[in-house]
Amino acid sequence: MNSRLIKNIIRFVLLIAVQVLIFNNMHLWGYITLYPYLLFLLLLRFDINKTNLLLIGFFTGLTVDFFQNTMGMQAAASTLLVFVRPAIIKFYFKTVEFAPREEPGISKLGFTGFLKYAFTLVFVHNLLLFVTEAFTFSGIVNTIEQALINSMATTAVIMIIEMLFSKKKKGL
Amino acid sequence: MHSLLNFIRKHWFVVLFLLLEVVSMVMISNSYSYHRSLSFNTVNDLTGNVFSAYSNVTEYFALKKANESLLEENARLMSRLKESFLTTDTGFTYKDTLYRYIPAHVVSISINHPANFIMLNKGLLHGVKKEMGVISGNGVAGIIIGVSNHYSLAMSLLHHNSKLSGRIKNNNILVNVIWDTGDYRFGKIQDIPSHVQLVKGDTIVTSGNSLIFPEGIVIGTVEKYENNPNLAFNEATMRFATNFKNLQNVIIIDNLMKEEQQSLLKQENE
Repeated sequence: MNSRLIKNIIRFVLLIAVQVLIFNNMHLWGYITLYPYLLFLLLLRFDINKTNLLLIGFFTGLTVDFFQNTMGMQAAASTLLVFVRPAIIKFYFKTVEFAPREEPGISKLGFTGFLKYAFTLVFVHNLLLFVTEAFTFSGIVNTIEQALINSMATTAVIMIIEMLFSKKKKGL
Repeated sequence: MHSLLNFIRKHWFVVLFLLLEVVSMVMISNSYSYHRSLSFNTVNDLTGNVFSAYSNVTEYFALKKANESLLEENARLMSRLKESFLTTDTGFTYKDTLYRYIPAHVVSISINHPANFIMLNKGLLHGVKKEMGVISGNGVAGIIIGVSNHYSLAMSLLHHNSKLSGRIKNNNILVNVIWDTGDYRFGKIQDIPSHVQLVKGDTIVTSGNSLIFPEGIVIGTVEKYENNPNLAFNEATMRFATNFKNLQNVIIIDNLMKEEQQSLLKQENE
């Protein structure tokens, strides 16, 4: 129980640090920014208290906002991500049996399962992010396209990180 | 009232979600106002500390770029020095540039052969020609011997054929500097009149006789000198000012008056 909390805190700090110090300074081809910190929200245990889920989502986004000086943008998008998360899990993995406190990680959902789970949620996050960034619906097609490309790239990085970590777990 | 509370309790997840989204949106719209600068100062101290600690580390990765920009600035400043202008009278300065400085980056360099060369990323298109001087931030590095469109090749001072006219800075006595192969850090000072006393650390600068380098650019410092009064001319070991092992950025010197000076010398010789 306690070790689970510590693990989550370490994961939070590491992912936020990597996000803020490395990925926020990286803009691939000028316009793709990767958000691997979302992995933290993806990996919260599946049966987490819904109030906590929303609050964690909000404050995780807000933390990144602090460092980006984009007050509220990441918070809004992350809150949306965790809001749709239970529905997405229910939608994709109706048949999957979760043990109590289990994390919806790659070892549980499998590669393709985790891929579609991660991509859907990252896309939801990116879409709201890009819409609020653009602050207008005039170029909505362009915005969706950008969000799509950006979330594909982010999902790729998330898959890599998750694969590295779950491999380690198996090795141990 | 009761039914409202009931509704909230029933749809708490959605209500809290909407609440948090509204808070976020208010933050976003606030961030566009000027109040932002007042309310986020404390936070910025925190994030600023994190970032400055981080940049203490990452700054090293940008040093290369910083170096290049400093080099360009140096080149610009050097072109404004008094030495860069042709002075024909004490009261009159001819406002025309005498030397032009082209910053360049070392593409490849060797130091462990008897004949070492430096390849630079500036060529004909940038105005580089043969027999231009090459200096580093610390001192003389070589002389251009070959030019292509985008690159140029310089004969390093670390070349068995390199011979440079120098001057002892304290007393303006002319000497020659060569490299007798071997250690990339040390060269040899030749033709030192035996009455001259050199001590370790004395600076050797360019003489300005060569038409390649402006006078007064550091070549190196005396490392070891043994005066032998029986010989007319003595030799000394000199430590190069330029660190050839870590050479990254250089400046190519274009003497704009060179042709005029050369044609004058030619007239004299005929």
